[in-house]
Formats: sequence, C-alpha cells, structure tokens
Amino acid sequence: MEDLCAKFVSQKLSKVRWRPAPATALQPPELFATGSWDNEENKISIWSVGAVESVCPNGEYQGEPQLLCDIRHYGDVMDMQFLDQERIVAASSTGSITIFRHHQNNQTLSVSQKWERAHCHVDSDTSACGGASCTGVICKNPEIVTVGEDGRINLFRADHKQAVRTIDNADSSTLHAVTLLRTTEILTVNSIGQLKIWDFRQQRNEPSQIFSLTGDRVPLHCVDRHPNQQHIVATGGQDGMLSIWDVRQGSMPVSLLNAHDAEMWEVHFHPSNPDHLFTCSEDGSLWHWDTSVEVSEKTSFLHQGGRSTFLSHSAVNQPNVNQSVVSAWLSNDPTKDRMEITNVIPNPTLSVNSVDVLGPCLVCGTDAEAIYVKRQLFA
Amino acid sequence: MEELDVEPALTLVPGVAPGRGRLHFQWGPGEMLVCEAAFPGAGHGEKGPGCPYIHVLRKDQDIHLHTLRKLFNESHGIFVGLQRSDEELSGKSKKAQLVGVSKNYRSVIRACMEDMHQMAISTRDPALHNQYSTQVSILSAMELIWNLCEILFVEVAPAGHLLLHLLDWVRLHVCDVDNMVREVLSSENPSKHELFWNVVDIFVLQGRMEDARHLLSKEATANPTSKGMCKILDDLMKKMPVLGLGNTQTLTEMELKWQHWHEECQRYLQDGTFASNPHMESICKILLGDENAILEKKELMTTWYHFLVTHLLYSHPAVKPVELRFYAQSSLDQFLGGENSPEPLDTILMAAFEFEIHQVIKECSIALSNWWFVAHLTDLLDHCKLLQSHNLYFGSNMREFLLLEYASGLFSHHSLWQLGVDYFDHCSEYGRVYLELHIERIPLTTEQKALKVLRICEQRQMHEQVRSICKIMAMKALRNNRLGSALSWSIRAKDAAFATLISDRFLKDYCERGSFSDLDLIDNLGPSMLLSDRLTFLGKYREFHRLYGEKRFSEAAKLLLMLMTAHIAPCSFWMTLLTDALPLLEQKEVIFSAEQTYELMRCLEDLTAGKLDNQKLQDDDIETTKVEMLRLAFARNLARAIVKEGTLEGS
Repeated sequence: MEDLCAKFVSQKLSKVRWRPAPATALQPPELFATGSWDNEENKISIWSVGAVESVCPNGEYQGEPQLLCDIRHYGDVMDMQFLDQERIVAASSTGSITIFRHHQNNQTLSVSQKWERAHCHVDSDTSACGGASCTGVICKNPEIVTVGEDGRINLFRADHKQAVRTIDNADSSTLHAVTLLRTTEILTVNSIGQLKIWDFRQQRNEPSQIFSLTGDRVPLHCVDRHPNQQHIVATGGQDGMLSIWDVRQGSMPVSLLNAHDAEMWEVHFHPSNPDHLFTCSEDGSLWHWDTSVEVSEKTSFLHQGGRSTFLSHSAVNQPNVNQSVVSAWLSNDPTKDRMEITNVIPNPTLSVNSVDVLGPCLVCGTDAEAIYVKRQLFA
Repeated sequence: MEELDVEPALTLVPGVAPGRGRLHFQWGPGEMLVCEAAFPGAGHGEKGPGCPYIHVLRKDQDIHLHTLRKLFNESHGIFVGLQRSDEELSGKSKKAQLVGVSKNYRSVIRACMEDMHQMAISTRDPALHNQYSTQVSILSAMELIWNLCEILFVEVAPAGHLLLHLLDWVRLHVCDVDNMVREVLSSENPSKHELFWNVVDIFVLQGRMEDARHLLSKEATANPTSKGMCKILDDLMKKMPVLGLGNTQTLTEMELKWQHWHEECQRYLQDGTFASNPHMESICKILLGDENAILEKKELMTTWYHFLVTHLLYSHPAVKPVELRFYAQSSLDQFLGGENSPEPLDTILMAAFEFEIHQVIKECSIALSNWWFVAHLTDLLDHCKLLQSHNLYFGSNMREFLLLEYASGLFSHHSLWQLGVDYFDHCSEYGRVYLELHIERIPLTTEQKALKVLRICEQRQMHEQVRSICKIMAMKALRNNRLGSALSWSIRAKDAAFATLISDRFLKDYCERGSFSDLDLIDNLGPSMLLSDRLTFLGKYREFHRLYGEKRFSEAAKLLLMLMTAHIAPCSFWMTLLTDALPLLEQKEVIFSAEQTYELMRCLEDLTAGKLDNQKLQDDDIETTKVEMLRLAFARNLARAIVKEGTLEGS
C-alpha cells in the first residue's frame, strides 16, 4: 500500500489509460491519459509519472503524476483508447468520436480526426439527428469499433472519413461496452444482461451468438477478454457481480462471483500476467483478483490483509478435465478458494470509474477527482 | 426574528440602473434568478427593453472556484471517515483520533494554500495573481483559526501544556522569520548583519531558545568583549524551565523552578550585567516578562496574538485555559493601543480565547465567503460533544444547519453534487428531504449519469425519486424511438402504466409492419413480463409467433385461445388474434378441437356483439368480409374436428 500515490486533479475522471509501451521497451510505462466527465468543460489530459531521473537510489519512484498537456473535449469522455503511441481515440457523450494526437516533442495535444454524430437518435418525423452518447470504443490500429446508447455499432478506419461498416439498431437496448474477440469478431454487452458476438465477415446485421445471464436481466457494464486464451471473457454487471464466460460453449456464464456492492464500471485482465484481474466499481472500491496463489500458500495471505473469495458457484459444469492447460479462471472450483482478493484503495468514498494496468503499474481515476497510481503491483 | 448582526452585503446586478429598474426574483436551490421586471403603466412613460438579461445569483461563490475543488474533494473524504469512525473509540483514543482528524483538515487547507501560492507566482495575469493571493490569505486565516480551535476545543490542553501548543501555533503562522534567519546566516559575518539582533529577538519572543543560543554563540566568537555577557545570557536561556510534553514534572515543581530562575534573571538585570549592551539588556527584560520591553518589539511580532503568547511565556507559563480570556483582552488592547479597531480575524480569535464557540462560528460565517469552513469545523466540534446544548430557533441544530447550507452549495455546482450526498446523509433531521429535493434537479445528460443518480436513490430507498428518474429516462428513450430501452427503464422502475404504454407501441408497430422489432428484448423478458397485463400479453403473443414459426401448431393454437379466454389480450386486439388463427384453421391436419372451435366462435360472437352495441357497424366492408371468412373457417374446422374426433373415438 505504501507506494500508492494519490493526486487530486479538480476534475471528475471517467477514464484513465496507460500509453502502450513500444514493443521493444522493458521499462515500466511513463505516460497515461485521463478523460473527464460531468464538468462544465471536459478535458483529455496527458500525465507523466516519475521519469527515469526521479528514481531514487533504492529504486523507488518519487513524486506524484505531473500534468504534461491537456485539450478541451466536447461532452463527457465516455471511453478512451490509445490507438498507437501517439494517438488517442475518445468517445463522447455527444456521439462523436475524436482522434487526438499527442505531440511528444513540444507536449501538446491536437485533434487529428473527428467523426461527428457517429452515434445518434434519428427522429422518424423530421429525420433530424440528435447525438446519442457513445459508450464504448475499442481499437486495433487502424480499425476502431464504437458502440452507443442508440444501439448502433460502427466500424471506422483511422484513415477513412466515413464509417466502413455500420449496424443500425444492432441492439434494442443500450450497448455499454465493446471489446475485440478475434480479428473480425467483437463482443458487446448491453443493458439487459446479454453478451453478443458480432462477426464483421457476415453481411447479416445479426449477432452470431448471444449469451445471457439467466432470469434477472442485470445490465452488464464492462467486458474484457483474456489476453492469451481468447475464449475466456470477463464481464461486470450492475449488481457488482463478476461473470466469467467461456464463449466456446454454453450460453450462460461459467462462474458468477459476488464482488462489489454497486455497478462494476471496468474489468481488465492484466495484459501480460492474466492470472491477475482488476475491477473497479461505483461503490468506490478497486479490487485486485489474484488466481496465481497456490493452495499451500493460502494460510499466509490471511496475515497480509488479503481477502479470500466467498461465493462462487459454477453455473455450468466444466468438462475441461482433459484439457492440458486449464485456466485458473475456468477451473475455479467453489470448494477450493484459490483466489486472493485485495482492495487497492483505502477508505473508499466515491466511485472509481476507470482502472488500467500495464506492466507493474496501475492507475485509476475517481469521482472524488483523484488519480491513484501504484507502481509496484506485484511487490 | 433576531436582530441583524451586520448589514447584509449589497450585490449590484449589472445592467440594471439602481433606482430605475424593478427587480423580479425567483428562489432556486442554492441560487436565485433575477431579472428586470417591466410593469406596464407603473409610471415610467418610456418603453425601453431595460436590461434584457436574466441573471443567476449564487449564494456560495467559493464553491465555484476551480482552485478550491481539491479542498472540497479531499475534505469530503476526511468528513466521511470521521462520521464512520464514530462511536468506536472512547476516552483518550477518541481524543487522539479527533485531533488527528483536525490535523488532516488543516493539512488539506495547507496543501490547497501551497498550490494556490504556486499558481499566484506562476501566473502573469495581474488580476488572476490578485485573486490567488487573496485566496491564499483567506486560506491562511482559516488555517490559523482552525489551529487555535484545535488547541482550545479539541485538544483541550491543560495548564502548562496549553502554552506549548500556543507557542507551536505562533511559530507555525509567523513564517517571515525563516527568510530573515536564512539571510542573516548566509551572510559572511552574521553577527555584524543589521538584522542580527532582530533575529535573536524573534527567537526569544517565540521561545526558540536553542536557536537563540546558537546565534548568540556566533556573537560571542565574533566579539570577544561581549563574550562574558553572552555566556551569562546563554546560561539564563539554557536554564529556563520548560514543561516538556512527555514530562512527568508536576506543575508545582515547575513553578518553583520558574521562581528561582526568575529571581536569577532579576539579579543580573539589577546588578547591571547587561548595561553595556542594550540588545542583551532588552532580551533579559523580555525573559523577565517585562511588558514594555516586549511591546517595544511590536514590529517583530506583527500580531497581538503573538504578543499574547510571548507575554504568557515569560509571565504566566502555567496559564490555565479559563484565564486566557483576560490576558487575551488586555494583550489586544495594549497591542492595538486604541489606534486601530480590531479586524474580523481579531474578533474571531478573541472569541476563541474566550471559549465562545458559537461566537467563533458566527463570526466566521459572517467574515468568510464560504460555508466550507464553518460546516466542517462545527461538525468536528460537534463530534467533540461541545455543541449539544445549543438549539437554533429554526432548523434542527447548528451543525445540521451549516452542513445543509454547504451541501446545498455543492449541489448547485455542475460537478460537485456527488460530494453533497454524503453530507446530507449525515444530517439526521432534514438531510433526507434536502437530498430528495436536490437530486431530482440533477440534469440527466447520459445514461451513465442517470445510473449514478439512480444508485444514490436506490441505496437510500428513495422510491419516488427512483421512479421519477426511470420515467424521465424512459420518456427520453421513447422520444428517440428506442422502445427497447424505454421498456427496460420502465421495468426497472416497476412502472406498470408506462410499461403498458410501451407495450401498446410495440403492438401498434407490429400491426403496422407485420413483424416485431427488438426481439432480443421481448424474448428475454422473463419474470418482468408480469409487470403489466399488456406486457404479459406482448410476451405471450410473441411466444405464440415463435411456436408458430417452429411449427408447433397445437401448442400455438392453445396459447392463442388462452390469450382470449383468459382475457389477457385487450379486446381491441381480438380481431388480430382471430385472424392469426386463420392459417391454423387452414392446415391439413385438424389443430383446433371441436371444443376449442366453439370457444373461438364464442370469442368472435362476443366481439361482434360488443361492436354492434358500441359503434353501429360504422366499419367498412373489409371488416364484414373478415368476419364472414372467419365464420366460414370456423364452420369448416368444426366439421373436420367432429368427424376426426368421432373417428378416433370409434376406432
């Protein structure tokens, strides 16, 4: 906990994202971007956490994040992704998608591309178009996929002025988040508890598969895919429940884990260490889920203030006995508590809206207008 | 109505000429709308538009300062922590905890002050610089007052220790001295520096004996002639009895030692040891607590409360809290010397020294332009159980009144409204009502924001507000032709009437287009289908279509009939249902049994009979043809069914 550093930034933060490290780099990430919401004037800002020269002799970073530059963003920043080292894609509550370029030589931000009203409500009488909030964006250079409150899915290419593909009324309810499953497939979650797979190779404007939570239709707010095992997907719902799905089989989640007390806003597998998962919630907590703990070590983490999982019931029996590599997430057996959960933020008050992890570093942004940075996740 | 304490401040509305314009205003939560009203025929012959603007007048202007957001957010965390920790501890640990909380509040003020100071330095705009500097001085005054209140009311230091705390307080808030010390020490020959004796004096006035002696030693080495004198003075300073914070020394022991030391100083002064050096002589007089000698250093102390503390240090080191008020008053009078009248800050500090907590809070409310300070201070003092006896003639009690004012200010802010919620939560009497009124006025720009507001309401079982938010969102979705979304929202609000309305829209769309939209939603209604009869019908009717599509005809037929006989379907929809039965009647195999066919026929007759009564067959030929067709189909089916059933039974 000691290396958790907080900074109050006088804007409510909706998104935080680390800048992806260049493929060759081994150092921990240095820059992250934040997006704000519900301010009279919203901003995209770039922050730096301790550059190399500020490393102390004992190897610890010092100091809090420093603001490098910011730029006005129209509407709330609903979602944000780095397209590459220099470009950031931001989704706005006005329905527009903007690509910002970060000029690293003079530390400025500029708008490099913008799709106005990528998401909108069309009035059937006047065919006028009112912007609808764009709720999620995911990109894999040069492709950008966005989803919105209007239930529409857009596929953009960074160099094209028009959308490459648009699926109108893809969902009758609000789409809350999107992630890439495979090259041409995406996953969306919506406000009636469904997880849908869409394949852009198919010309039909129908999902290729629909999964749903049974009965309660609890809205799902976030989704992430396991970085190595693409069939494992995690989603977070309005009741704070973490669901793990195996998209190869069944139409129900493999396991449901009772987690937060309120909406889970984001879920992320650690990109290079996928035994670790991070979730943040409206109840002000940020949880670090660790399945790499050996059963034999279990006794020790009680003393570290760790918290072991409680309810976890398997919705579908897993026939993965004959699998050579069983992922810790799928083999999660309720009788064996193999998960260690720690709350990263002490004394939670207001919602933690976003979290991002890269290498040993974690950053999160809250409605209490604070950024928290933790630099030694696995220490 | 009580008397006014001060004349209320006058706010000029720009554009409205005083005397000419008539102002019309409307109260709002935390704000007021003001515009110039035109009264036709009110005597003013000229017909000019006057001032064409509506002005928004805000009560708590500091809330809207961007630079203070940090203060509001960080202190919110401390506030919530303080409320949570309640009732856990008792006695000593409770006090330690409260002092800790108070220190946290102060460190937040200081952090904010430093930030603001940095901004004041870095800005080039003189207006901005002025604004920041003003804020810095206000924050610094707030911290000064808070610190004194912490010592007197939270810490409740006993005699002896009280003075040590007061000394720390003065040292912390008189910071010009450090720059002077640095300047003197960095000069080549410190003892020859023109400010040298000033610095020594300041150290002595603040009771920083170690530092003073350190400087004296420099003088001793630089100036051999005064070495002897320095030695004696140094010795006096060293011997000065101090009550350590961790010391177990009793007050009597201490007083005895003090008496001895005092006599020793007196002796040196009388035998003229320091006569040759006026600086040292005056220091010795200060050590003896000579008021005039101390007052001579007025310029170095800058404030009357510094004078008070110095005076106490050398005359009444074991001052009791109750005696403070007399010394404070006389110090103030002596220091100001009747030349200046006390400023608001002086009045506030004086009230604190007099242990008039309510007076402190009242004066602060008048002098400061924000509610933040008084709200948080009052809350802390309330946790110290200092405010119970006081009741206001309005509202519930002072703590709650101030918290409500502060939180209302937060709610008038575009983004800080979330913080206000927790403050309302901890106002037991009116907090809930305030929250209900304020939360309804939060603009719901996106679904995500609506969800956040909804979560706040649901956690507090504010059903009325939950319904209203869901209804607003459902209406928005409906207006945008997002029937699926609209239905989801009304299901969440358990709003049966609205669900019926939307179900009707779905059915109408179906009748027009012949196909359902938003199948993913309707197929997954689950138990929420039971929310309204119409919604149940919608779900069941869709189920009929699915069964039909899957060629499960007999199940489909059963369901269709049930929809009518159990009166799930609205009467206006019966004709459509009967028409839906047509293809089933025309299938090769018999689907409707004879009994079922009778039921169908009864339904049709009920429908047409009702029609005859009501609308006198104003409908066109198509309707009549339809009825004829149905009757024919029923008759044929009945014939086939009777034959089939007869055969089956016979065989």
